[in-house]
Amino acid sequence: MSETQLHPLIAKYARKGAQRQPHCAGCGNGIIAQCMLRAIEELDLDFGKMVFVSGIGCSSWIPSPFFNTDVLHTIHGRPLAFATGVKLSNPDLRVVVFTGDGDGAAIGGNHLIHAARKNIEILAILINNRIYGMTGGQVAPTTPHGMKTRTTPYGNLEYPFDLCKLVEAAGASYVVRWTTFHVKQLVSSMKRGLLKEGFSFIEVMSQCPVQYGRFIGIRDPAKMLLMLRDSSLPISKAKSMSEEELEGRIVVGEFVDRERVGLTKAYKKLLNEVQA
Amino acid sequence: MKSVIKQEVLALNGDEAVAYAAKQSDVDIVAAYPITPQTIIVEKFSEYVANGEVETEFVCTESEHSAMTACLAAATTGARAFTATASAGLALMHEMLFVTSGCRAPVVMAVANRALSAPINIHGDHSDTMAERDSGWIQIYAENAQEVYDSVVQAFRIAENPEVLLPVMVCLDGFTLSHTLENVNVLPDTVVEKFVGTRQLPQVLTHEGKTASFKLDPENPMTVGSIALQNYYFEFKRQQEEAMRNALNVIKQVHDEYAQVSDRSYGDALVESYCVDDAEIAIICLGSTAGTVKTVVDKLRAEDVKAGLLRIRTFRPLPVKEIIKALGTVKALAVMDRAISFGGNGGPVYHEVRHVLYSADKHPYVVNYIYGLGGRDTSPEQIRKIYEDLQRILQTQHVKTPIQYVGLRE
Repeated sequence: MSETQLHPLIAKYARKGAQRQPHCAGCGNGIIAQCMLRAIEELDLDFGKMVFVSGIGCSSWIPSPFFNTDVLHTIHGRPLAFATGVKLSNPDLRVVVFTGDGDGAAIGGNHLIHAARKNIEILAILINNRIYGMTGGQVAPTTPHGMKTRTTPYGNLEYPFDLCKLVEAAGASYVVRWTTFHVKQLVSSMKRGLLKEGFSFIEVMSQCPVQYGRFIGIRDPAKMLLMLRDSSLPISKAKSMSEEELEGRIVVGEFVDRERVGLTKAYKKLLNEVQA
Repeated sequence: MKSVIKQEVLALNGDEAVAYAAKQSDVDIVAAYPITPQTIIVEKFSEYVANGEVETEFVCTESEHSAMTACLAAATTGARAFTATASAGLALMHEMLFVTSGCRAPVVMAVANRALSAPINIHGDHSDTMAERDSGWIQIYAENAQEVYDSVVQAFRIAENPEVLLPVMVCLDGFTLSHTLENVNVLPDTVVEKFVGTRQLPQVLTHEGKTASFKLDPENPMTVGSIALQNYYFEFKRQQEEAMRNALNVIKQVHDEYAQVSDRSYGDALVESYCVDDAEIAIICLGSTAGTVKTVVDKLRAEDVKAGLLRIRTFRPLPVKEIIKALGTVKALAVMDRAISFGGNGGPVYHEVRHVLYSADKHPYVVNYIYGLGGRDTSPEQIRKIYEDLQRILQTQHVKTPIQYVGLRE
């Protein structure tokens, strides 16, 4: 493919020789990658001053090796710990984490709540497809109750996390949830998250037509996108609804947007005071 | 006299062979977390649980650290616990591996061997289990899916033997064994159930001075995993080492008893000699590579080359006497390592074999070949070249390069 045929965002932001992403056809990760690049483009951020950190799982392949800037592809569950190190050592860098529900909510769940509690200036994009996609469709801590997966052949006995409520309670400055259908809102929230002081958390409910799709019997990505749209409910409406009414719905929108001093800023202030 | 038991031939890959063996071994609890190339083990087992084919509690944990913790905890109550992992999963368990062996919890675990990050790689090598060789776990490396099945069944008997009471890892090469379909002879359920039996608990003295079975039991309370500082820690560790020594015999006994039932054996359970009795040149290796080496040995023997293979099946405890004995006639030896000990002058198996041979009467030339890292293929031609190198060493009586790399681009 010659460069002139490339999408302008890819031509500008993708690493030469790595313009194609490795995801399955119909995966939501491509949509999210584009939303991220649009947000950066619209804000006219210095891409070279950004660091993308990812863990292990499908979502972790969004920046690595695709984005033509510093990318740290790390180990399962720990991208937020790595990102914390990056941000603390060089607070001038804008640090974005791409993680998934297995990476960020299961094995790395502890790091998620503590990154939020510390309120460190990182934007975390958690892509929730409600299943372990890359390893072949095993149950995750985000899998709906009763759902069949490779490791729950007769239905999941456990209940899924509400990650936005969790991260909000843990202390993040900015918490928002959208689906891969809500691209305009997602770009807008990414822009907000990129500029926000403190820990910003964006959960994107995404379609996995290969693994999740086969267990719900719908493998058409377009249909899955419409399902995400139809099951979505704005948070303003959800507030007055009962738990029963919210069953099976995805509450979308801003959970919290508050002013709290970020960790590296507080750290710098303390250093200045002590050294004065 | 061997009793002939009719066995069923199933088409199973290594992972499925593990799951099938665990299913027949009356396991009380399986706690696991998915990681390639182990996933099939857990998926198959979860099917058995869901179908009611086993009475096993099955827990999908949020990490491998938690999986091993759950298995350890279950084992301390007297339950039979099983799990499976690979690579980074095993590395994440590192802390709990020591706690498990230290608590003398006979957990059995299958490890689908896989390279460690970074860079990220999902394919087979022995970096993961070699990094855990000093964790107090018995390590058995299987050559094929049949041996994987047989070894898992044997592992429960070995681990739970009161003279041993140590956890056991059964290691199978990622993808080469874990994902490759083979014909596997399986014993009837009732035969395995009888062979494995119920878990035997040793009698111990409680802190109240009562004699009780070694398990957490409200009727006879005891503390497991408590503190032992300068006063007792050393004695605990010495006992673990003693248990490893005991395991050498127990592994052989269990293997021989199993051979009576199944009509299958793997050398003397600790090492497997292949054309090594009169060999002048020999290779030592672990796991599935032995299959490739055997085909090369056959060809060389047809050409009247006195080539042999010694496969170390049990790497922990290390069968020192057996290795020395088997290599009696060998004048030049190549040790193959599917892991590197960075900065350690060769791979881990090389270190151990050379160290073992120091106390032997005769000292062959010993050279090291590091191969197959990150799943790189190792061909019969490459193995033949190793034997040719050994022949050259014998001709010239000189080792030019003691540590070499097979199939590496340099």
